[in-house]
Amino acid sequence: MPKVVIDVERCKGCELCVNFCPPKVLAMSATLNTRGFYPAVLIDEDRCTSCAACAIVCPDVAISVYKAERAQRVAVG
Amino acid sequence: MTPMDAATAERVLMKGNEAIAEAAIRAGVRAYFGYPITPQSEISEYMARVLPSRGGVFLQAESEVAAINMLYGAAGAGARVMTSTSSPGISLMQEGLSYLVGSELPCVIINVMRGGPGLGNIAPSQADYFQATKSAGHGDGRNLVLAPATIQEAADLTTLAFDLADRYRNPAMILTDGITGQMMEPVAFRDDAAPRRPVPEWATTGAGDGPVRLISSIYLDPEALEAHNQRLVEKYRRMQAEVRFEAYQMEDAALAVAAYGLVARIARTAVDRARAKGLRVGLLRPITVYPFPSAAFADAAGRVAAILTVEMSAGQMVEDVRLAVAGRAPVRFYSRLGGVIPTPPELVAQIERLAAEVGAR
Amino acid sequence: MKAVFTRPQALSDTPMHYCPGCTHGVAHRLVAEVLDELGVRGRTIGVASVGCSVFAYNYFNLDFQQAAHGRAPAVATGIKRVLPDRIVFTYQGDGDLAAIGTAEIVHAANRGENITVIFINNAVYGMTGGQMAPTTLVGMRTTTTPFGRDVRTAGHPIRVAEMLATLKGVAYLARTALCGVAHITKTKCAIRKAIQAQLAGLGFSLVEILSTCPVTWGLTPIDAVKWLEANMLPVFPPGEFVTDRGQERT
Repeated sequence: MPKVVIDVERCKGCELCVNFCPPKVLAMSATLNTRGFYPAVLIDEDRCTSCAACAIVCPDVAISVYKAERAQRVAVG
Repeated sequence: MTPMDAATAERVLMKGNEAIAEAAIRAGVRAYFGYPITPQSEISEYMARVLPSRGGVFLQAESEVAAINMLYGAAGAGARVMTSTSSPGISLMQEGLSYLVGSELPCVIINVMRGGPGLGNIAPSQADYFQATKSAGHGDGRNLVLAPATIQEAADLTTLAFDLADRYRNPAMILTDGITGQMMEPVAFRDDAAPRRPVPEWATTGAGDGPVRLISSIYLDPEALEAHNQRLVEKYRRMQAEVRFEAYQMEDAALAVAAYGLVARIARTAVDRARAKGLRVGLLRPITVYPFPSAAFADAAGRVAAILTVEMSAGQMVEDVRLAVAGRAPVRFYSRLGGVIPTPPELVAQIERLAAEVGAR
Repeated sequence: MKAVFTRPQALSDTPMHYCPGCTHGVAHRLVAEVLDELGVRGRTIGVASVGCSVFAYNYFNLDFQQAAHGRAPAVATGIKRVLPDRIVFTYQGDGDLAAIGTAEIVHAANRGENITVIFINNAVYGMTGGQMAPTTLVGMRTTTTPFGRDVRTAGHPIRVAEMLATLKGVAYLARTALCGVAHITKTKCAIRKAIQAQLAGLGFSLVEILSTCPVTWGLTPIDAVKWLEANMLPVFPPGEFVTDRGQERT
């Protein structure tokens, strides 16, 4: 499960998430969704901190955010 | 409605407006929202004094526009609700009535008609007939409209209005006038208080764990709106079963007088006096003006030589009479306007004139 | 993995019809989150108004009534007066609340109606194609102020929060914005305080939420946020205008 899950069909390509992501790990996809928008996509999961800024600014509730459990994070190091 | 035993029912001398309010309270009205306007402010004032102690909510709204929308909210939340106003206030309520009809919400509206158009005066009138019966605001909706002729009837029809509003999920209007609202007559109220009405399952009371409910008149898709309107058309077709009218001295009548409300009372006296002069005249009095008793008029048209329609308007109900009669008998019209009330001698003269004109006795 | 952010229960999963970048969706979500967190979803009734958010009822898992233009506070009054233990809120735009609905909002606030009003101020009429709103800024171009809003003919934008704050019936009143994470978080906090004021029976609560309208403003969603920060915040300063003025209720 990635840290940021973007519902490709809900995204309207407004780019607010890309703009407000602090580590800049989001970008716009080059592939259209079926509604004619270029959706956002997570491009660098390692640097994502699961801060959820993207989800907070997303007007379409297209983003869900997850965080690795503490044990997993320590193991990954 | 179980018939009241007139001999034993306790009668009180009451102003028309107050009798309507008391009848509504006994019918279990749960919330009243209204705005003062002469000649019906006594309804608001009675509700303010009495309704809270009888388990209801009274709120004076900031305008008739606000009042009708408060009614919408409370009706949508499942409560028995009422407002009252007079002619200009009904104009302000038109959008709200359209929403109520479109969202299929039950409610009772009292219109104590006054002189118009515009500000007019505070004298009685019957000039809101079109507004009441032809449409509930914009669009293809209708009010169910009841027109009492006495204060007793106003009280009884107010009680009936709540039941009919619930039965059809539609606004029900009491169409009365400034004189009936202001005068005082003995009135007896029904002993059988309204049974506790269960909250309708469509009411927005908070979804809990169940499916959500929506009160709305929006059907963006034309085919969906057509289907919705067809359901309303079917509802108004079923509503024809609620036709009520009074036929007074019509059995052997050679002439008929058509009138409703206050004017019908005066016409009844005129009919009695004309009969005393040897004229076979009767009175056909709609009690529901929507649905209109068309069949009764069509039937009468086959038996009388002419129909004299009398209204305190420039000619509104007469159009429905003419439609129903469909040319089978001549229809004449007599009116007084501006709040001037026709007198029995005036109407007797009109009856005599018509009788002479058509050669009927 | 544990979920840090998911769709609130009080929001349905129906995709929203709003324009890309329109912050209505954010406002809807915040209301839904607060209702979930306070555990009142099942006893809440929303009142949708007329504007872009006319279909708000499609996006919430709540009982809803749809009100005529401007009349939502009156409709909410009717509901709350007969169901005083339910949570009742309206969701209105700047035309609905500050133009046609001015009488209803003032009187509901003045009576201290125990309802919550979510007021979306984007300084323009979105649904009807971009006409002037009571909150349109001086000099701002709209389809009915094509040369810019001229105070000589159209007056100044109305500051609804400041105006309503003068009424004693108001228990909680704030103005916030949706331009970025910090402001959005403050907006959610204000909405929570407003609903809590209703739960405590203190009186009328309202949150005025400065929002973007990228399409009628002619800006990208990101530029619209910047425009809001630069132009609307100075005219409509955020803040809490009434915080603990509870009405005496016998």
